[in-house]
Amino acid sequence: MAESVIRGERSRWAAHLAAIPGVGYILAAMLAGFSLVSPGFGTWANFSNIGVQSSILLLLALPMTFIIMTEGLDLSIGAVLGLCGVVLALVLVDGRGVGLGLAAALAVGLAFGMVNGALVVAAHIPPFVATLGTLGVAQGLALVITDGRSVVGIGDALPALYASTWFGVPFSIVVAAAAYFVFHFLLYHTRFGAYVFALGGNRDALVLAGVRVNAVHVAVYALGGLMAGFGALLLTGRMNAGHPIAAIGMEFDAIAAVIVGGTSFERGNGWLPGTLLGALTVGVLRNGLNVLAVPSSLQVASIGVLVIVALLVDSMRGQS
Amino acid sequence: MNLSLVDSARWPALSADVATLAYRVLAVLLLCGVLAVASEAFFTAANLLNVLRQASLVFLIASGLTLVILTAGVDLSVGANVALSACLAATAIKATGSVLLGVATGFGCGAGIGLCNGLMVTWLRIPPFIATYGMLWVLNGITYWYMAGDTIHGFPPGLRALGSGYLLGVPVPIYLMAAFLAAGTLFTRYTTYGQEIYAIGANMEAARLSGTPVRARLNLVYVLSGAMAGLAAIVYLARLNSAEADIGESLTLPPIAAALIGGTSLFGGVGTLTGTLVGSIILTLVLNGMNLLAVNANWQPLVTGVIVLIAVWVDIVTRQRAEARA
Repeated sequence: MAESVIRGERSRWAAHLAAIPGVGYILAAMLAGFSLVSPGFGTWANFSNIGVQSSILLLLALPMTFIIMTEGLDLSIGAVLGLCGVVLALVLVDGRGVGLGLAAALAVGLAFGMVNGALVVAAHIPPFVATLGTLGVAQGLALVITDGRSVVGIGDALPALYASTWFGVPFSIVVAAAAYFVFHFLLYHTRFGAYVFALGGNRDALVLAGVRVNAVHVAVYALGGLMAGFGALLLTGRMNAGHPIAAIGMEFDAIAAVIVGGTSFERGNGWLPGTLLGALTVGVLRNGLNVLAVPSSLQVASIGVLVIVALLVDSMRGQS
Repeated sequence: MNLSLVDSARWPALSADVATLAYRVLAVLLLCGVLAVASEAFFTAANLLNVLRQASLVFLIASGLTLVILTAGVDLSVGANVALSACLAATAIKATGSVLLGVATGFGCGAGIGLCNGLMVTWLRIPPFIATYGMLWVLNGITYWYMAGDTIHGFPPGLRALGSGYLLGVPVPIYLMAAFLAAGTLFTRYTTYGQEIYAIGANMEAARLSGTPVRARLNLVYVLSGAMAGLAAIVYLARLNSAEADIGESLTLPPIAAALIGGTSLFGGVGTLTGTLVGSIILTLVLNGMNLLAVNANWQPLVTGVIVLIAVWVDIVTRQRAEARA
């Protein structure tokens, strides 16, 4: 009995190993490659750097995984993060505490997430165009309330919090790790997570089972907005200011991390550890190219290439 | 008997098209009325021609995009395409002094980008909105890297005439718009290619089963969309008389908004280029009106975003009503 359980465990691990999407191999290859060509890359300090740089990306990629699993998309998440950052900075400039600022940022993010959800679920607008519309709205609002200028003079509390370490671990990595555990628990150990899987694969069955499908679906988009609020905390802390257009395009990195991590746009196939690997892969790619002094504009282009390579690798593995 | 069958199948569709268009023309007149009352500067020949010239640029980009949307796809990369095509065309003109070579470069660059989009959709089977959104950022990156913060400016008069010249008192881009509207309408209405594009959008599987080369046609519409962006890049270059990496940034949403306002359905198979033209004019009127009323330009992305949402919502409600009637 016990033996068969162990054997069962083993075959499960073998299955897990076989299920590692192309991203695992791509990440390993990139780590090896960058370590070889640049001596500064493979140091602990730099690895910690990669973790810090990937933390905001992971915060966005986690809810994006849920959203993409429901055959959806959120193009507005970067612009919403920018708007949340501006709101947070304005509250801090006003002399209020970080807690109130975070609450305001979360409220703005949550509102946008729920609007996205309502547009998709109630108005039946295709997700990419619904969130493209709210991208314009969020970006426009951020520009209007700041008049296109940076919000500076946010005080010392947030930058100090951002610079703090918890048991030697940088604050942003602590936040990202906590977020990962929460999302992992949500997806794999709660009824809500089971619904998320079912929403993409078999929405009708959920309806027949009497689940309040629309509420779950809106909640998935609301999570995206909420995480944009947390992302704004890290971004504003890092930049020591609120920039209305600083987060434009972050959604692209997040979507890339999710796709590279093996979550597909069809049938509710999602894998959260894959998203973690995907976020690290995008982070490693950016960091490695940084170390090699490749300009950031070309880094964006290379992430596009990374996505194509990952899709190719996965389609080849799927055929074999 | 046969004839009446054909007629009954044909007339409702046609009258629906006419009704769609009539509402939108009405919207144009209404907007013009409001703006004429609100601003004295609006109802002048100079401003109206200016509106049409701006609309023609939007239309050039949106016309190719309309073909893509007719197949139930989308091309989000057109704005970024304009930027890269304009910068490469500018380089070609500066290096050789030949306007023709510059035009060919812009056109070729745009079409090549379109082909990449098409192949990602047909060969790699990436959903169009994600493939072309990725392309947007890749192109952005390449353009910023290539230009490295520089501006290329000062072009020969032959090129500048394309964007800011007049013929018989009418700006040249308006002639371009008319020419491409005529050519595009002939293409979509009266050629097999055009009919196949509508058929793919209405029901891709049915089109495939009835022998339409779906992949080839999809590649074609993405190439056309890219090529039109390349062409628009030339006109843009000619009007601005300078090329910078960021010129495409405000051109992602407007063409989509124009096509959707014009009654092209995101779900494919429904829409006309005339509609897209009227959509381009409506959008331009709104933005021009904001300009005349001295509304801060920072409001533009917000307003365009809201317009996109309203246009899609109208499309969806219209479809739901049509389905309820059927």
